[in-house]
Amino acid sequence: MTSVIAVARKELRQIVRDRRTLMILAFVPAFFLLVFGYALNFDVRNIALAVEDRDGTSESRALISAFVNSGYFNLAGVVHDPRAAEWMLDRNQARAVLVIPEGFGRTVTTGGTAPVQVIVNGDNANTATAVVGYATSILQTASAEFSGRAGLWAPPAGAVPQPVSVEPRIWYNPELRSALFLVPGLIAYLTMLMSVTSTALSIVREKESGTIEQVRMAPVGTFPFILGKTAPYFGISLVSAALVFLAAQLLFGLPMRGSWLTLGAAFSVYLLGALATGLLVSTIAETQQVAFQIALLVSLLPTLMLSGFIFPIASMPEFLQAITRVVPARYFLVALRGIVLKGTAASHLLPELGALAIYAAAVLGLASLRLAKDRA
Amino acid sequence: MSSDFARGGRLRVLIWKEFLEIRMNPRLFGIVVVAPILQLAMLGYAATTDVKDVPIVVADGDRSSASRELIQRFDASRNFTVIATVTTVTEVEPFVESGTAWIALAIPAGHGADIATGRPAVLQAVADGTDSNSTTAALGYATALIGGYARELVETRSAAAGISRPDAGAIDARIRVWFNPQLESRHFMIPGVLALVLLLVTANLAAMAIVREKEIGTLEQLNVTPLRRWELIAGKLLPYGLIGILDILLVTAVAVFWFEVPLRGSFWLLFTISLLYVLCTLALGLLVSTISETQQQAMMTATFFFLMPMIYLSGFMTPIENMPEVIQCITYVIPLRYFLVIVRGIFLKGVGFAVLWPQVAALAAWGTVVVSLAVMRSSKRLD
Repeated sequence: MTSVIAVARKELRQIVRDRRTLMILAFVPAFFLLVFGYALNFDVRNIALAVEDRDGTSESRALISAFVNSGYFNLAGVVHDPRAAEWMLDRNQARAVLVIPEGFGRTVTTGGTAPVQVIVNGDNANTATAVVGYATSILQTASAEFSGRAGLWAPPAGAVPQPVSVEPRIWYNPELRSALFLVPGLIAYLTMLMSVTSTALSIVREKESGTIEQVRMAPVGTFPFILGKTAPYFGISLVSAALVFLAAQLLFGLPMRGSWLTLGAAFSVYLLGALATGLLVSTIAETQQVAFQIALLVSLLPTLMLSGFIFPIASMPEFLQAITRVVPARYFLVALRGIVLKGTAASHLLPELGALAIYAAAVLGLASLRLAKDRA
Repeated sequence: MSSDFARGGRLRVLIWKEFLEIRMNPRLFGIVVVAPILQLAMLGYAATTDVKDVPIVVADGDRSSASRELIQRFDASRNFTVIATVTTVTEVEPFVESGTAWIALAIPAGHGADIATGRPAVLQAVADGTDSNSTTAALGYATALIGGYARELVETRSAAAGISRPDAGAIDARIRVWFNPQLESRHFMIPGVLALVLLLVTANLAAMAIVREKEIGTLEQLNVTPLRRWELIAGKLLPYGLIGILDILLVTAVAVFWFEVPLRGSFWLLFTISLLYVLCTLALGLLVSTISETQQQAMMTATFFFLMPMIYLSGFMTPIENMPEVIQCITYVIPLRYFLVIVRGIFLKGVGFAVLWPQVAALAAWGTVVVSLAVMRSSKRLD
């Protein structure tokens, strides 16, 4: 135990001497959260809509205002021929084009069915899906209104016009703000990145400067040495994680519906696993350059792509889903989103917390083994 | 004339030297070839926001043939998978809380009777809003499915009542999706990889190659050779430019032949503009190398202050138009932003130079500014 403290004290002294790195480790995650949290946004609003109104009656204008007043569409321009509409789609000046045919007003007032065309730019499938959904529901409502006005089919007052309808209720995130989904992911991502890169360089640095020889001679067991190396970074990472979390609450209104104790436990095992990953990298790499590259490769890409941060794991092909099982952020994200958004109790999160603990223990063990082999 | 030849020869020797150094470092070869393929695989397979097989739990409080028919409709749809059927609404809660079901559908008692007698039946759906993006899509599917069911009911009823033309509504909505009719997010993400890979490979490698010479002191030796400064810079950067060209071909080939992303525009236009973009990223690498003393600094600077902001703020992941105004302003200085519009335009929309010239001009302007900055900085350092 005393040797752990001795190693930790030595490491801490080294960290404190390098003020700039300390500042980067502590504050950069919160700063990144500020910028990227605002930038990462899936909410589809202000869709630029071009309108080709070949009718020009009060009915066609009513339909256009139904789109604009929905709050989802902005009128980007009125065009008079299809080529102009195409031009606007090509140049990203419009994301959707509403085409109202000639005779639209006459048809709907006399009880006929008028075709209305909506052309959607599908390049971004995600946005396009939302646009199609909004356009469909606006057109349905308008359709019902027009037929009601035409006196053809007046729904009885107060009744539901459809024989079957669905009343959706959304739990945990009723306004469906994508920030509440993405910010926890960003927290997991930033803390992972910072923790891995901080420890990834620590042992390699000793290798490069030659002080590893002294460590080899020192009367410290391998495991106490690893623990002592990790402890100071663990403290810094916890502070940094707390800053990021508070920033997320202040800036993005991230709720906290569960227990702080569970949150602290989840953060602790997750950070421990991340720091251990960095140490393992550090024992493998010979130079800081290699260590940094490997650290980025094992922390940046999988945490971004395979953790469920942005892309739902359920939609991935089977073989990738299998790979996501060794990505610690996957488990941490389930726990974090559960605690913060759903108020899930620790007892329901045991599988996730257990997986994180196993990951941390396994990687710490591997790192000790590698280092022990080096020292032997 | 002979001096011109000699100068050309010097440049060639310098490029050859750089290639020899690249070859001596097998890890570098790994980064150049493996990194693009790894990223393509991850982005091609993992980066999908498509929602299918939504897990749904049904609380069937009715247990009638009508309710079973509705559940059957959900199960038959490729958008949904019914994972469990329970009887009371309270039973669905653990499913939603643990995230095993994204949507819980409650069919109240008396649903079958309502359908039989023609009273409007109201179903309740509870959706887990945690993943707002997927939930929006899933609710859209549910509404559409129930809407279709409702329409069929109306039709059978009016047929039974002897009405020949059931109310089709005043508007016949014809929604068409251009450029990506199947709405596959892969088609959107993969062209973006081209932009990302070129940035990662060329900017990073070029920066580190120059800083390495600084660190081991060989830059001083190069400085005292009769090489002109532009020759030195060109000789160091050109090999990485060639690697960039290799990556352009590699990524385009994998995108088109493996992931079957349509390349609707001209390949040569794509290739030419990619070359311009590679010049920009090389210039960025040069700039990073002039402001860094050690390889570690170069890597940190490149990764944290250039690569990460570029990935997040360029529109690679999320549309720029969704970002707040302040951040939208920042995106204008990111070259990736312009290049993404270009690659996606050429791949998916098949547009040409007439549409893309503003982006090309912005890219060229950006490159010019960065090259001048880098040359100004390096003139202070090298001479």
